Amino acid sequence: MPTFVYMTRCDGCGECVDICPSDIMHIDKTLRRAYNIEPNMCWECYSCVKACPHHAIDVRGYADFAPLGHSVRVIRDEEKGTIAWRIKFRNGKKDMELLAPITTKPWGSATPDLAKVPAPSKEMRDSQLLFNEPKYIRMDDGGLHTLQSNGLEIKKGVQY
Amino acid sequence: MSYQTIIEDDIDILVVGAGLGGTGAAFEARYWGQDKKIVIAEKANIMRSGAVAQGLYAINCYMGTRFGENNPEDHVRYARIDLMGMVREDLLFDMARHVDSAVHNFEEWGLPIMRNEKKGSFLREGRWQIMIHGESYKPIVAEAAKKSADKVFNRICVTHLLMDESKENRVAGAVGFNVRTGNYHVFKSKTVICGAGGASNIFKPRSVGEGAGRVWYAPWSSGSAYGLMIQAGAKMTQMENRIVLARFKDGYGPVGAYFLHLKTYTQNAYGEEYESKWFPELQKMVGKEYLDPEVSHRTHRPIPTCLRNHAIISEVNAGRGPIHMVTMEAFQDPHLEEIGWHNFLGMTVGQAVLWAATDVDPKYENPELTTSEPYVMGSHATGCGAWVSGPEDVSPPEYFWGYNRMTTVEGLFGAGDAAGGTPHAFSSGSFTEGRLAAKAACKYIDDGKAAGIRVSDAQINRRKEEIYKPLETYSVYKNEVVAGSVNPNFINPRQGLDRLQKLMDEYCGGFGVNYMTNDKLLNIGLKKMFILGQDLEKVAASDIHELLRAWELKHRFLTSESVFQHTLFRKETRWPGYYYRGDAMKLDDENWHVLTVSRRDPKTGEYTMEKAPLYHLVGDVEKAPPESHH
Repeated sequence: MPTFVYMTRCDGCGECVDICPSDIMHIDKTLRRAYNIEPNMCWECYSCVKACPHHAIDVRGYADFAPLGHSVRVIRDEEKGTIAWRIKFRNGKKDMELLAPITTKPWGSATPDLAKVPAPSKEMRDSQLLFNEPKYIRMDDGGLHTLQSNGLEIKKGVQY
Repeated sequence: MSYQTIIEDDIDILVVGAGLGGTGAAFEARYWGQDKKIVIAEKANIMRSGAVAQGLYAINCYMGTRFGENNPEDHVRYARIDLMGMVREDLLFDMARHVDSAVHNFEEWGLPIMRNEKKGSFLREGRWQIMIHGESYKPIVAEAAKKSADKVFNRICVTHLLMDESKENRVAGAVGFNVRTGNYHVFKSKTVICGAGGASNIFKPRSVGEGAGRVWYAPWSSGSAYGLMIQAGAKMTQMENRIVLARFKDGYGPVGAYFLHLKTYTQNAYGEEYESKWFPELQKMVGKEYLDPEVSHRTHRPIPTCLRNHAIISEVNAGRGPIHMVTMEAFQDPHLEEIGWHNFLGMTVGQAVLWAATDVDPKYENPELTTSEPYVMGSHATGCGAWVSGPEDVSPPEYFWGYNRMTTVEGLFGAGDAAGGTPHAFSSGSFTEGRLAAKAACKYIDDGKAAGIRVSDAQINRRKEEIYKPLETYSVYKNEVVAGSVNPNFINPRQGLDRLQKLMDEYCGGFGVNYMTNDKLLNIGLKKMFILGQDLEKVAASDIHELLRAWELKHRFLTSESVFQHTLFRKETRWPGYYYRGDAMKLDDENWHVLTVSRRDPKTGEYTMEKAPLYHLVGDVEKAPPESHH
C-alpha cells in the first residue's frame, strides 16, 4: 500500500493531503477522515506518515508480494533534527530501533537570501561562474576548470 | 465550466517542476536576476516533490576537487564509458566543474554529510558518491528555492507550454490546472526552465495490482519533462537510451552503498560467480573498446552498467537464477548492518517494509536481486532529454547556440531529467544544471531576446478547452453504463496507462520480452501507438484527480512515442542489458558512433530523425586515481 489511516486517530487536518507527492491522500467527505484513494500509485515514500501530527497513518506492504504482520514506524522530529525508526519483523525475531540526524541547522536559518547579497559584477556575469564560485569549488587559488586549464582539447576524429 | 482562470503575468523566469533541477534554477535565478520576477509551478508540494521526495542516502555526483580527489574530465571519462560512449561531453564537463559548489552549499544549509574522520574529506562510497543523512534533503533545498522565488504555486499540473505568437519557435510561458481547486492557471513568462520529471510507469512494471506503485523511479515522475518539450517542438536526444536497474527484488532497494561501501557482491543461485563467464561472448558483440575486464581491473575504468545487467539477464535465462546479493558477510559487522538499514530508510523505505514483512534478515540470508522494467530519464545513469546548448567556453559549434542549457525552442531551458546527454548528474548535478540554466535565462532576458512576446486570448482559451476535455467527455457519456468502468465511448486514465505499458513492454523491449525488440515489432508497436493516441482524445476523467492522471498519461504517451521512434532509428544494439535489437545484435561504431536527435512537428505530429556528431573532449588515458578513492 500502501498507506492506510487509523480512523480513530485521524482528525481530518489534511497535513497528509498537503504533502503527498502522488496526490493520493484525500479527505473522505462523509467520514471527514483521510484515506488513500489510489493505493496502486503509492510509493511508500512515508511523506504523509512523517507529516501526520497524530501518527494516524501507517503502511502495510504491497499485497502482491508482502505478507501481513510486520511494521515500520517513524517519528520525524524537526525541532531535535532527528528521525527515529522502529522496524518489527513478521516473525517477531527482529525488533530494531534506528536514529539519524536530518539537519545540522535550525530550519531555513542557513539558506541565503540572494536578493540581499551584493549584486554580481559585470565580470562575474560574463564569466562561467555561479554564485559562491570559484571559492565553493576548490580551496586553492585556481579558478573554474576549463578545457585549457586542464590541458584538454577537442579530440580529433569525430565520427558522424 | 465553473473553473476560474487565474493569470500570472510579467514573469521573467518560470520554473516548471521543482525537484532538484527546478529548486537549483529558482535559487540561482535570484542571484543573477535580483530585479526579476521568479515563479515556481509545481505539481505536488515543493517540500516533498520530485524523485528525492522521500530522501536520499548518498549524493551520487561529487568530484571532491578541493580534496584533490577528481577533476571534471575524470567524471566525463567515467560517464562516457558507462554509457558506451554516447554522451554530451561538453555538458558533462560543465556540470562536473560546478557540482562541488552545489554540494558545499547544501552542507552549509544544514544537510548532514558524513565525513572521513582521518582525512577530513567527505565519506565516500566508491569514487563518485558521498554518504549523507538525507531524509530531509528535499525540504532543505526547497527552503532555498522558496526564499528565492517571488511566488510558489503548489499543486499545479502544468500541461502545455505557451508559445509566442510574434516570433516562431519562442516560448511564452505555460498553462495548467490546480489539482485541488480545479482552476485554470496561465503563466505568461519571458523564459521557462523545465525541471519536470522523467518517466516511470511507461513500461509495464514487474509489480502488479495494489503494488503497481512499487516502481524504482517515483510513480509521480510522469515524463512531463519530455511531454511538455516534445509538444512544443523541441529537439530531443538519446530517447532510445532507456535504463534497466539491477535492484533488490520487489522492493527495488538501491544497491550502490551495498556494493561500494559494504563491499557486498553477487552470485548465482548456486553460490557461483557468474559475471565473468558471460563477458567473452559479450565482448564480441560490443568490442574490446567497451568491454575489457583486464583493463578495468588495472585502472578505474568501470565495466558499463548495462553490460553487467546483461550478465544477470543471461545467467537467469540459463536457469541459474535468482541472483543473490551476498550480505551475510558484511552484516556481521554491526556498524555496516546499521548502515545497510539506514540506506533504505533514508531513500527506499519500501525495501525495509518488504524485508520486515518477509522475515528476510540480510545478516543470515542473502537477498534476491532482479532487473527492473525500463525507465526513461536524463538525470540518473542514462541520458534521455532535450538537445540543449552547452557553455561557450567548452562546446563545439554544433553544440552551442548562445545560452547554456537552452533547448532548440528559444527561451526554453532544461535541467535534470529535461537536459539530454548528461547522465550521472543525479541529484547534485540536476541542481547544478538548474543553476546553469537560470544564469543563462537571466542573460537571455538581459540581451533583449525576450522582447515583444505576444500571447493571444485565443491560444489561452484553446488550451483551456483542451485541458478540461476529459471532464467533458466523462459528463457526456457517463450514463452509458451504470456504476462501472466499462464504457463504449471512453477509457479512463488507468485503462489507458495499462494499455500503454503493455504495448511498450511487448513491442519496445520491456522485461516481459527480455528487453528484446526489432524493426518489425517496433513498427507494429508504432501503429498501435497511433491508435492509442486517437483513443487518448477520448480519455475521460470523473474528477480533478483523474484529470491529473489523464494529463500524466498524455505526457507518458508522448515520451513513449519518442522512445519508439528513437529505438527504431538506432539500428544497432548499443546497450546490451538495457535493450536488444534482435535484427541488429551488434554494437556498430562505424555507423552509429553518433548522437540521435529527433523533432516532432507540433502541427502534424510527424517525426524527423537525424544523426548528430559525437565529440570527444577528453582523451582516453586515465591516470591512476589517488588512494583516497578506494
